[in-house]
Formats: sequence, structure tokens, C-alpha cells
Amino acid sequence: MKSATHQRKLWMAGTGLFLCFFLVIHLLGNIQLLLPGEEAKQQFNWYSHLLAGNIIIEVIAYVLYASIIGHVVYALVVTRKNKLASGKKYKYDRRSSASTWQSRNMGLLGTIIFAFLVIHFKDFWYQYKFTTLPLDEKGNKDLYTVVVAAYKEWWYVVMYEVAMIALGFHLLHGFFSAGRTLGVYHPKYIRWVKVAGWAYTGIITIGFMLIPVYVHFTKA
Amino acid sequence: MKLYLKIWRQEDRTSYGKLADYTLDNVSEHMSFLEMLDMLNEALVEKGERVVEFDHDCREGICGQCGVMINGRAHGPLSNTTTCQLHMRSFKDGDTIYIEPFRATAFPIIRDLKIDRTSFDRIIAAGGFISASTGQAPEANSIPINHETAEAAFDSAACIGCGACVATCKNSSAALFTSAKVAHLALLPQGKEEARTRVKSMMNQMDSEGFGHCTNTEACEVECPQEISVLNIARMNYEYNKSRILEK
Ligand code: HEM
Ligand code: FES
Repeated sequence: MKSATHQRKLWMAGTGLFLCFFLVIHLLGNIQLLLPGEEAKQQFNWYSHLLAGNIIIEVIAYVLYASIIGHVVYALVVTRKNKLASGKKYKYDRRSSASTWQSRNMGLLGTIIFAFLVIHFKDFWYQYKFTTLPLDEKGNKDLYTVVVAAYKEWWYVVMYEVAMIALGFHLLHGFFSAGRTLGVYHPKYIRWVKVAGWAYTGIITIGFMLIPVYVHFTKA
Repeated sequence: MKLYLKIWRQEDRTSYGKLADYTLDNVSEHMSFLEMLDMLNEALVEKGERVVEFDHDCREGICGQCGVMINGRAHGPLSNTTTCQLHMRSFKDGDTIYIEPFRATAFPIIRDLKIDRTSFDRIIAAGGFISASTGQAPEANSIPINHETAEAAFDSAACIGCGACVATCKNSSAALFTSAKVAHLALLPQGKEEARTRVKSMMNQMDSEGFGHCTNTEACEVECPQEISVLNIARMNYEYNKSRILEK
């Protein structure tokens, strides 16, 4: 057993940061939904097709599946071990006053994200890869219509927004925490990681939150 | 002032403990927290009951013996203060005060508020030293160390091993404690020689004692009486990662 706790945290940080990287690619795709009318449809379906037929994306996709599974498995192991290490509970516990809420609730936030991912994969990823969707005018699979139909439902948008808020808090702590796990120790670089973390979290969270609301009110 | 105390009483390591209620009158606000417990114990002796056992030694904030959980916070309501340096003026007449031992699987309870922190000693024994033969103390200026580095090493070395970091951590991680020693020695030329093996053996020991993972909540730094910085943890992670990358 070689420093197993830190080893596990390195896996969490590595997989977590890969997921962070993937979210950028994903957001770039989704932004195309904001284009006006028909253009959005053609552009979005074209982009989906582009990704589906690309060997680099194919590799990234497999790393992505592995990262999600790895991150979740390590999250479970880490949480379980931490429970064992903590032993008996305090009768009166005010320890929370010394740390941020999101840093203490990464597991809860992760669970919300995971529940969302299951629904998300079923509704879009599965539909695209394993069912025969109608084609658009350009001959690309028409994922756009599937997406717009989902965002038409107000409850779907609400669920989406809740999950994105959870993601936002997860990233707010996660991005910085990964930097720490990787060993960024100089105050100057720690500041950079913090600023980058806030900027990244802001852009990703607001970006993903905006799109379904916009589509719901303008396209559906 | 009058206080209502709820104190963890436990006969020994294996027995089942519970909170016991005590009422204490005429407590002076100038008393330290430990003096307040002394006062309670005197009353218990007079009544012929077993005293509440708690650890303490220097009573001046330097030995790290005295940590207990007071109203759900390590060393009580003030940040960066030991229990012995906490005074009753931080409380009000009529307050109820919960007093519990620091809890972690790696810190078994010996009795009442006394815990076994030898797991910390074993972490230090695993590498928190330099293997140079100690003769006479060498001339201090024979190894030049710049001021900032010396100060940083001093700051890390200030850890008194009280265990508040573990007690306040939701995962009972000993990362702050272990990292303070790793960083202290890694900063200095005498310690650099063994930096790579030290960080690995100390972290391995930390794991085998059953401490949890560090989630970087940074609560430890808030409660640490010596204000040991969480940057020590970052430094330890860096040292560990480096040692793994450079491993042959
Ligand atoms: C897009 C999805 C996700 C991203 C981008 C992400 C990212 C991250 C990052 C960067 C960290 C910090 C690693 C570290 O502290 O070194 C982290 C930690 C964590 N993640 Fe995630 N994560 C995601 C999904 C999930 C899911 C689905 C779960 C659980 C089911 C989860 C559970 C956790 C937990 C429990 C931690 C804290 C580990 C610890 O420090 O103790 N995450 N995540
Ligand atoms: S008794 Fe020594 S630090 Fe409190």
C-alpha cells in the first residue's frame, strides 16, 4: 500500500480535471444551440456528426467514460474510508463553521451530478448512438429536435438548472482542490489556480445554465 | 457565573461512553478553561466521585496536550487557540457547554477526555528526522540559509501536535500534521537529502494509522493553535508527487 489516500486523491484529481476539460468541448457544442432558427439546427447536427465520426473524439469519449466511472468509484471508496476514519460522531458538532459548505458536500453534489448524468446519457447519448433518429436536410442525425423537445418541458429545464447549480458548487471547490492535490504550493500560483477556478466555474456554470432557458423561451 | 456542563464520560477504551450533566456555580470569567475543569474536579473529589480526566501539561499553549472539543469546535469557540489558553470570559452566565474528546479512529479514547495520540508519534518516527549523527551543535552560520526559508521552516516546525486538525477534519485526515513536518524538513538543506524517502514513509504511516483523505476543506488551518498553513499540505503533495515521478 503506497500512500493510498493521496494516490486515490490523485486519481480523483486527474479524472476530475479531465471531466473539466471535457465540459469545455461540450459547452462549445451547446453554444451552437443559441444560433438563430434553422441555422442552429443545421450547425448543431453537423457538430454532433463531426464528433461522432472523429477518431480523436472517439478516444476522448472512451477516456471520458473511464473518467466518469473512475471518479465515481474513487469517490465512493474515499467517502467510505473517511467514514471509517472518523469513528464515532460528536454529540454536538459545530465544526462546519470552519470551512465552506461546498468543500464539505462534494459527495452530495457529486451524487446530484451523477443522477443528472444518468438521465442525460439516456435522453441524448443513448438516443444518438443506439436509436435511429430522423435525418435533417443535410443528412445528419437530427439530435437538435430531440434536444429542443426536451427543453420544451419546464420541469426538464428546472431539473437541468438544479444539476448545473450542483455542478457549479462542485467545480468551485473541485478545481481548486485538484490544484492542491497536484501539489501547487507557491502562493502566487495558488492565486492563479483560484482565479482560474472561479473564472472556469463561472463560465461553465452560467454557460450551461443559460442555454436550456434560452431554448425553452425562444425555440420551444 | 453559573454553567451547565455536558461532559463525555467513558471508563476505558472499550466501554461505552455518554454525556454526563454537571452544574458549576461561581465560575470566574478570569479562569482558564482548564481551571474551570479543575474546579469541577475538586467538587467531584469532595463528593467522592471519580474526577473528569483530561490531558494537559504546560497550560501555556506550547505542549499540545490539552485539546478537547468544546461546543462542537476543536479547542473551543476561538480560532487558533489551545484549550488552556481559552478563558471563561468567552462564555456567558447560564451557558451550556458540551465538552467531548477529540474523535478519530486513529485517536482511541483512553478515558473521559483523554485520547491516545501515539499514532502521531509513529508518523514522526517513520521519517520526521534527519539521519545525521548528532555531535556538538555545529556553528549556526556554517550552512547559509536565507531568511525567508528559515522563517518558513520555523513556521512549519511550530506544530505542537495537539490533534485539533484531525479532530476538526470531517475525514479525520492527518494531512496538516504530517505535512508540517514534511515541509519543515524539505525546506532546509539538512532535511533535503532524505526528502524523497521521508515524504513517502510518513504518508504511508499516516495511512496505516487509519487517518482519512484530505478534501482540502481547510478547516484544520482555522482551528490550529499554531496557525500552521494549509500550504504545508500543498507542499507535501508536491514533494510526494515529485518523489513518485523521480522514482527509479
Ligand atoms: C462533470 C462531472 C464532474 C467533474 C468535472 C468533477 C470534478 C471534480 C474535481 C476536479 C474534484 C477535485 C479532486 C481533488 O480534490 O483532488 C472532484 C472531487 C470530488 N468529486 Fe467530482 N466531478 C464530477 C462528477 C462527480 C460525480 C458524478 C461524483 C460522485 C458520484 C463526484 C464526486 C466527487 C467527490 C466525492 C469529490 C471529493 C473527493 C475528496 O476530495 O474527498 N464528482 N470532482
Ligand atoms: S496544556 Fe500545553 S498546550 Fe495546553
